[in-house]
Amino acid sequence: MIRARGLTKQFTVKRERVDAVTDLDLDVERGELVAFLGPNGAGKSTSLRMLTTLLPPTSGTAEVAGYNVLSDPAQVRRRIGYIGQGNSAGHAQRVRDELLSQGAFYGMTRAGAAARADDLLESLDLAPLAKRAVTALSGGQRRRLDIALGLIHSPEILFLDEPSTGLDPQSRANLWQHILELRRTHGTTIFLTTHYLDEADQFAERILVMDHGRVIADDTATALKSTLAGDVITLGFESEADAAAARTTVERFTGAAPSVASPTALAVTVPDGDRVLPRVVRSLDTLATAALRQPTLDDVFLSLTGRSLREESATTTPAEPTAEKVDA
Amino acid sequence: MSTTTSPVRDTWNVAIRELRPVVRDPFSLIFSLLQPIVFLGLFGPLLVGGSDQPVGETLAWFVPGVLVMIALFGVGVTGSNLLYEMQTGSHERTLVAPLSRSSLLIGRALKEMVPIIVQAAVIALVTIPFGFTVNLAGMIVGLVLLSLFGLGFGALSYTLALASRNRDWMFWGVQQATIFPLMILSGLLLPLDNGPEWMRVAAAVNPVRYVVDAERALFAGDFGSPSVLWGFAAAAVLAVVGLAVGIRAMKRSN
Repeated sequence: MIRARGLTKQFTVKRERVDAVTDLDLDVERGELVAFLGPNGAGKSTSLRMLTTLLPPTSGTAEVAGYNVLSDPAQVRRRIGYIGQGNSAGHAQRVRDELLSQGAFYGMTRAGAAARADDLLESLDLAPLAKRAVTALSGGQRRRLDIALGLIHSPEILFLDEPSTGLDPQSRANLWQHILELRRTHGTTIFLTTHYLDEADQFAERILVMDHGRVIADDTATALKSTLAGDVITLGFESEADAAAARTTVERFTGAAPSVASPTALAVTVPDGDRVLPRVVRSLDTLATAALRQPTLDDVFLSLTGRSLREESATTTPAEPTAEKVDA
Repeated sequence: MSTTTSPVRDTWNVAIRELRPVVRDPFSLIFSLLQPIVFLGLFGPLLVGGSDQPVGETLAWFVPGVLVMIALFGVGVTGSNLLYEMQTGSHERTLVAPLSRSSLLIGRALKEMVPIIVQAAVIALVTIPFGFTVNLAGMIVGLVLLSLFGLGFGALSYTLALASRNRDWMFWGVQQATIFPLMILSGLLLPLDNGPEWMRVAAAVNPVRYVVDAERALFAGDFGSPSVLWGFAAAAVLAVVGLAVGIRAMKRSN
């Protein structure tokens, strides 16, 4: 459904070249659920904007739903749904009116658009709000309307840029319920960007980790975690002497050299912590505490880049340059 | 589910979308007539009092100008809607839809014609009891001219919005800085005949001035007046220029 080769985007911001995306190669099959994970400014949105015909690439090619994004953007647009970071509905419009306009934009008949709009309003729990002005909707309701607008023409692929940013946990869960339902019933290919680790972890079958405009890892969450991060076992002892004495035993049972976590504690990273931990516990009489921490995608990012994704998100990194400052 | 689309149909669909809020809330059109009514009510009596001519004649001069003012102020700010839609993501959504880029501009500009016709007709009719005389055929042609002016001026307002993306201060700054000179140099409030030479020169290149003159002739039923031709020519040039720069700006907006 998506095939990109050497996709590259450079911006010129204040006379300086910014490499937003470099040499992106990508193959996504029909029905896959793929997430771009990375900090702000990693190039996730820029990649998505190139794939959705919003931004012409500096070099490289991309085919989406069988058509080239540069030479045949109209055909691509007809087949994709796009839910951007902002809200899609016009502020002065009414909820159902926007769905009817959107249907007309995609060449649907009036009756077809009306029937589809009512279906979507129903399934996204927006039916009671059909005549409401868009300005009167809550954040979660607006996001559901964005989804409805993106789905009006039953697209083969749905692109979502940071779909749940700014939503409360309940609205997020609700949103995901709708996305997964859509996939289950229609087999829609779903491609999203997120900087929520738990979101990528929980829902995406395949994760592309992006950093500084490059894809630095591409695998399932489980595989990424086991190959790139591993489980951390932390063993506490009553005294420093006990901890030092236990080192060789720990290394023998775990097959890895332990590090000193504190004067009285050792830490060791293993791929299968849940299997190793009981053996270690049985072999050490002096053990006072034992803890197993299974990795998160943040550990994966840390091991790939030496930086934590959480720190990156917490500090304000410069946003990706937007199109208007651009000299492509 | 999707059938074929064409640029004409796209334009129609964009215009219909823009008209939906107006149709849903027609009172908004009347509400935005507050400003011209203030001018009619507070400036009109000053004109009447300051002139030796009968009331009817002063109104015949003043009211067509107020109708142009409705278009000038109503359409001048219309770009702010697009500006807001660019900030929210609503414009981006239309860029991903299979719509021709030019339709996104032309459809919006065409929509501007509708409120102008309704508003100008309301004001013209409301002033009749106060002594304003209307030539019906002239009024109809006058409204057509006014809506053509609105199309071009609206396209320019949208162009300004596209150029001011992420800098709304620029939109409002330019809009405020141009709209008053355009109004004063059109001879809409006060005749330019008594102004200095440089003002008359400046007015000669102001398309609004020709539209105002043409409206005055048309509402008086003076179809043969050369100012009618000049008015249509000025509005047509404005529409062509406005649509050309607007479509160009729209195509560059992704």
